[in-house]
Parts: sequence; structure tokens; C-alpha cells
Amino acid sequence: MKTSEDFQAAAEEKRIYDAGIEEGAKKLTPEKIRSVFNELMQTEGGARLEAYTKACVHCGLCSDACHHYLSNDRDPRFSPAGKVKQTIIEIVSRKGKVDADFMKRACEIAFTECNLCRRCMIYCPFGIDVAYLMLFVRRACHQLGVVPQYIQDTAHSHAATYNQMWVRDDEWIDTLQWQEDEARDEIPDLRIPIEKEGADIFYSVIGPEPKFRAQLIYQMAVIMHAAGVDWTMPASQGWDNSDMCMYTGDSEMTARLKKIHFEAALRLKTKRIVMGECGHAFRSVYDVGNRLLGWKMPPLQMIHAISFYSEIIEQGRLKIAEKFDRPVTFHDPCNIVRGRGLHETARYVINQVCTTFIELEPNREHNYCCGAGGGVINCGPPFKNKRVQSNRVKADQLAAAKKKGAEVVIAPCHNCHGGLEDIIRHYELGLELKFLGDILYECIQKE
Amino acid sequence: MQQRESWDWTAGTREIGDFGAWRTTYGYMEEPHVSEDGEKIAAIVRAEEEAYTVCVNGRPWENTFDKVWYLRFTPDHRPVALVSDTAMWTVAIDGTSWQNWYEFVWNTRFANTASHVTIAAQKELRYFVVTDDTPWQNEFFSLNHLIVSPDGRNAAAVVQNTTFPEADIGKFQEGCFTVAVNGEAWPEQYVNAWELDFSGDGRHVAAEIRTSLYDYTIAVDGKTWKKRFPCVWAPRFHPADNSVTAPVKIPGGWSLARNEEIIWNRGYKQLWHHMYSPDGSHIAAVAAPEFGKWTIVEDDRAWQARFNEVVTDAVYSPDGNRIACLGKSNEKWYIAVDDRIWDVALDMAWQPVFSPDGSHVAAMAEKNGSYTIIIDGKPIGQEFTAAWQPVFSPDGTRILVKGVLPEDQGGKYCRQVLEVERVAS
Ligand code: SF4
Ligand code: SF4
Repeated sequence: MKTSEDFQAAAEEKRIYDAGIEEGAKKLTPEKIRSVFNELMQTEGGARLEAYTKACVHCGLCSDACHHYLSNDRDPRFSPAGKVKQTIIEIVSRKGKVDADFMKRACEIAFTECNLCRRCMIYCPFGIDVAYLMLFVRRACHQLGVVPQYIQDTAHSHAATYNQMWVRDDEWIDTLQWQEDEARDEIPDLRIPIEKEGADIFYSVIGPEPKFRAQLIYQMAVIMHAAGVDWTMPASQGWDNSDMCMYTGDSEMTARLKKIHFEAALRLKTKRIVMGECGHAFRSVYDVGNRLLGWKMPPLQMIHAISFYSEIIEQGRLKIAEKFDRPVTFHDPCNIVRGRGLHETARYVINQVCTTFIELEPNREHNYCCGAGGGVINCGPPFKNKRVQSNRVKADQLAAAKKKGAEVVIAPCHNCHGGLEDIIRHYELGLELKFLGDILYECIQKE
Repeated sequence: MQQRESWDWTAGTREIGDFGAWRTTYGYMEEPHVSEDGEKIAAIVRAEEEAYTVCVNGRPWENTFDKVWYLRFTPDHRPVALVSDTAMWTVAIDGTSWQNWYEFVWNTRFANTASHVTIAAQKELRYFVVTDDTPWQNEFFSLNHLIVSPDGRNAAAVVQNTTFPEADIGKFQEGCFTVAVNGEAWPEQYVNAWELDFSGDGRHVAAEIRTSLYDYTIAVDGKTWKKRFPCVWAPRFHPADNSVTAPVKIPGGWSLARNEEIIWNRGYKQLWHHMYSPDGSHIAAVAAPEFGKWTIVEDDRAWQARFNEVVTDAVYSPDGNRIACLGKSNEKWYIAVDDRIWDVALDMAWQPVFSPDGSHVAAMAEKNGSYTIIIDGKPIGQEFTAAWQPVFSPDGTRILVKGVLPEDQGGKYCRQVLEVERVAS
């Protein structure tokens, strides 16, 4: 059995250099740290922060919920309560009197050792939301200017372009037209209706779609066409529903991003927003950004692609020509399953479209996080190995499904795709990864 | 510019361009657009294999293009679209393309009452603005938030004037963005700049900016307000004295600042989209006095009416004495005028329109898939499969209604002039 000294020594050896954290920490002074924390604890922490930090009885029931803990040989520093203890509890009890080195470590924990997946919360007898506490630490890191470089760069992209990937306004429109051209080789009258005022549905995607996965837009256009949906996408900013600022702790930018997204849909006089297959974007639009702006609920109805697929299949608008006949398994993304309860809706769609469905164990709201979520993958190359090693338990879970015959993993979320792709490669699992849209596109009657 | 007085205000219905017939002659046709005076209906159509054009009142443009998008009408009723040939793009107005072609063009802008056409353009990854076929002298690394002055002669945009290497977060935070007006960039650079506003005379520009990741404020003609706020929204110029106001976040919520001083006393959960009455004597804004409850605030006084989802499209009457807006509660849209909500629940509604003397209000609305026009709370009785914003006659006695009749009534596009008193009473 490893001792805490062993764990400590291993951790020292693994210290990762990140320019955002290091350069940011150089500018810190103890006074600045103290004033930022004290101000935040008063203005934003309040009763919730106090309750969560005081209620923990260190029972350890949350430990086995966390993939970081399980994948790091049960190192207690990776347990949810351990992460809280090393960061916010320490800060609260020392009334913000912590130094720059402490902040560097707190930043690394909050940004790269917690996916904000909220799995631990469902096992805690007091319902302590560790993700909330880690987000609180991130918010302070943002205010202190100590944020991992790559996710900070993504936040800058959001601020400068209102999208996650530095996509320029013309590039976005050009990509839609290019996908429309490509799709017209397959379906001559197909259209990606840009700026169609009064359309029923405003379809929004995340920044990486036009940048790296433009075929997903193509596929959705084919699905919309086949189902006879009246839809549109904007030629203006607001097309990107994603939000890494929610994860860097820049709440002001989160609010701004959600405003521009909702206002694009409102300007086009659409009745509903359908969001592409992404989890964190859903959390940001449905749960976080809307409330930051003063909306109890989103100002117009919005649904995730899974709900949309389910609806058009159920209504008979989308017909399955031939079912997908390779055995599939399904990864439940945290933000739309624990966050929104879409697990049965997803299973309905899968069973309509696929012949053989093999469950991952555990599944539904008990599924393990992909390890990429919560902005962890966006912290970029410096943390990639750590991220993949910190989710060995996911590899084991996937391998078990493979043993039962699964060949394809369906993950209806971009972050999950990124995370699972790395895990499948690193652990040489030999599984294929797909979005639900990939499978629908393959199986539906197109004309 | 053709004045509204010279439009055809003869009461009655007139079918335009036999839309019912030509809409079926093309294998591919996009949704139609209509000129403000209702005399023209146009749509992007496929003329032949892989060649697109615009059909106006049943007559296609002589030229065809590889691609055509963003068809609209200028305020002087000319159809304008963005067109492409051999992978280069430009603007085509009435079928005639501009001389200069670019790698991409978008963001067509025109002033409400002027004939100038402005676009954003990109060539060799350099960005600039083109007005009436004349490009800016200077180019930038990126360009967005393009606006034009009320007379359409001036254009301003947020531009990136300094490059920074990928993922260089330090350089970004030094400030690489600014505002360019008619191609001239302000010397000061900001971490970010977003929405802009032109003064009424087109001589001044205000911008919503961030000077660090945490400090938001307003810059006017390149001069930054001294005060910083945790957040701000779009600035607006006073129509007469050119002072600048903006919603700003303060410890008690949101308030309104003029030239950086807070001028309203109440704090709102949210406050945005403020606007001036035409003479500048009143300011109204969309606000949430409480979490999740939306209304209109005028001069720091909130209406009684509340909507639980959203308030949009607020507008002052020309005399500045009345305000109309749209509100949404429990998934239905409503029209509200002067704190009274019309008793018609709608699936969708468009910005209300005041008669010139402010005594009547009309709005286009959709319900159960049909469009109609509602005047002073009363639907006109005719339903359409598509409709466009109504326009009051200059004397306010008549209203121009534009719509496509349902299939069982011939599916034709008609321009109807109705007597306001008859439909509103
Ligand atoms: S939220 Fe998820 S990643 Fe974070 S501590 Fe809890 S279980 Fe672990
Ligand atoms: S389960 Fe809850 S109370 Fe127990 S250690 Fe974890 S956070 Fe603390």
C-alpha cells in the first residue's frame, strides 16, 4: 500500500509547467490574493459556500465516485473532499492568507483535477456540490489572473470573436456555404438556410464544428432536410453556443456570450433553439448563462440534439432506412444526463436506430465522466497525459463493454469525444467513436 | 430617396408580379423578400444547373451567379444580394454587380432612409469595409461589429490592428483591438471592443470596451471614460447633445450612466437595449427589476406589466410620448403599448410600428402558422402565409399591409392599403 509520502513524492515529480499559471502567479502578492478572496467570499460565496465548506464530515463516501481518485491508485488528494480540503477549505480557514505557490497548486487542482462532473455530489449524504466549490476556486483564479494558458486563450477567443475557436465571421458563413455545396452533390435541393427570419428552429453549434468537424453541420442539414424542418443558422455572431468562460470563472463573459446567442435566435424570430451534440454548451445556455443574465429559464425554448432527434423520430418525420447493425455502447455525458436527465431519451433514439445496444457499467446518471469535461481538455497539451492517466477507470469501463461485444461508442458531446478519443488511443481499446448524428445520417431515409 | 408621400396609398388590394404563378416555375426557390413600399417581391432562385439568380416580380435578373445569398431590399426599394462567381464575391444591386470583387463579403448594412450600401469584405485574409463599391484605404487583421451612420455615409467597426501569436495570452491582454471609423483606426487599443454607436450626425462613435479582463467601460471617439465597471452594455448617443449613455453594472445591480456618471437611482437585475425618444427628452430600456421578471423602464420608472420570459423590440412613437414592445410569457408572445398588454397571445410577433402622430400601433404576428397584422389590439381579419412589416401612410389614415394570400385564395402576393379607422374601430 502506498503511503502519503509516496503520493507526495510522485506528485512533485509530476509537476507540470503551464505558462498561464506560472506567469500569472509571478504577478501575485499576498495582499491581492487576500483581497480577491475576501471580496469574492462576501459577494458571491455567501451561505452556499459556507454551508458546503462546513458540512463536510470527511466520511469519504464521495471518494469512489471520482474517476481521478480511482484512476490515481486511490490517492486521497484526488478524492473530491481531498481537493476541497487542499483548496477552498484552506483558503477559508486562513481567511485568504495564502501565497502564490499555494495558488498555483489550487489552480492546477481546480482546473485539471476536477471535471465539475458532479458525480460525487450524488453520493454525498449532504449533497455537497464539489463542482461548485471548484468553480469558486476557478472564479478566484480568473480574478487573480492565474489560469492555464490554453483555456485562457480559448476564453480570449470567445471575447474577441464570440466563438471558441477564433473563427472569423466570414469563415463561419463560408463554412456553411461550403457544407451546403458538398451536400448538394448528394441532395440537389438541400439548403443550409442562413439568416432565414421566422424559421421554426435556430440551430446552434460549438466553435469546433466549423473549424474541425464541419461534416457534422452537413449531416445535420441532411437530417433537417429529411425531416422537413424549417430551420436557420445566423450569419452573425451568436452562432456558437459554447462557453469556456464558464469554466475559467469569467462569469461576465459567460453572460455576454449567452446574451449574444439568445439574441441571435430572437432577432431571427425563431421559436426554438436546437443545440448540436454538446454537453457543456447545454449547461451554459440552459443553466448558468441564462441565470447570470436574470432569466429564470431560457427566454425561448431550447433543446439538445438528442431531444430533437427523439422528437422527429417519434413524430415519424425521420424514417430509418436500415438500422445500424454494429453493436454500440453509449457514454452518458455528465451535463445532459446528470445535468438534464436525457438518458432515457438517448436510449430511445439508440434503440430506434441501432440493432444491438450494450450498456456501459455503470451508466445513466452513474456513468463516469470522460475526463475531458469541465474545461479540463481545454487546458491543452501540458495536461494531456495527466488527463488520460487520470481516467484509467473510463478505459476499464469501455474495455468491459467491448468484451461484451461493443464495437462503437456513441458520445453525443464534443468534449466527451475529445476525451474518449484520447483514452481509446492511449489504452489501445480499438473502439470506434461516433456522434448520434453520425449514425442517424448513415441510417435515415434521405429523400 | 423616394418619399412615402409618393407611394400608392389608394385604398384597396393590388396583386404584384403574379407571385402565385412564378413561384412554381423554378425548381428551387428561397423565401421571398418584399420592398418596404410593397411594390416588389423577390427571391433567390436556381436559373439553371448550378446557376443562381434573383427573380423580382416574376422577372429574373439577366446575370446568374455560382452563389447568391442574403437578398434584401435597400431603403429605396432596390433588391440587393451578395453574389459569387469563380470563388470571388461582391454585391449585386438590381442585377448589376459592383466592379470590385473580394474573397468574401457579408454584413450588408444600410441606413434606414438612405440609399448607400455597406458591406464587410475580406481579401487575402485582410479585412475592411466597402461602401458603394469603394473600399476603405486601410485593412485589418479582423473586423466585426460593423455599423453605419444614420445617413449611411460613414461606417465603423471593431478591428484588430495588432497580431499576436497563437495562444499568446499576455499579448492579447495588452490590447490588440480598437475601432476604425471610415478606415481610420483609433490610436488606443483595447483588450476587447464590442457594440458601437454612431451619433445622429454621424460624426462621433461610442464603443463598449474592456481595458483588462476585469474592467469594462465606454470609449467615445477614442477617449475612454475614466471609470471602470464590472460590466457594461451597448452605448447610445443622445440625439441632440451627443452625450453618451450606457447600462453599467454597479454593486446594487444594473443602472444607467451618462458620460460615466450614474444617472438612475434604482438598481435592476438586468438593464439593456436602452433607447432615446426622438428629441432625447426620455430614455427607455428593457429591464428586469426582479430576477426573471421583465418589463420596460422609462426614465428609471418601471412599467407595472411583467413578462416572465423576455421583452424585446421596444420602440418609441415618433413624438416620443409612447412606447411599444414585445413581451413573452409562458411561451406566448404579446404586444404591449404604454404598459398595457394587448389581449392576443401569439406564436411570434415583430417590432410594433407607430403611425406618424403616434395614435395608432400596428404589428405583424404569427399564430398557428398564419400571419396577420394587428392594429391597436385588433387583427385585421385577413390571414397570410407570409407577411411583411406594415407601414402607415404619412397622414396616418391608411396602412399598407403586405402578404402572400393562402393557397385557397390563390397564393398571390398582394399589397393592400386599408383605412385605419375602419380596421381599428
Ligand atoms: S465533480 Fe467529478 S471530477 Fe470533480 S471531484 Fe466530483 S467526481 Fe471528481
Ligand atoms: S461524501 Fe460529502 S461529507 Fe463525505 S467526504 Fe465527501 S463531500 Fe465530505
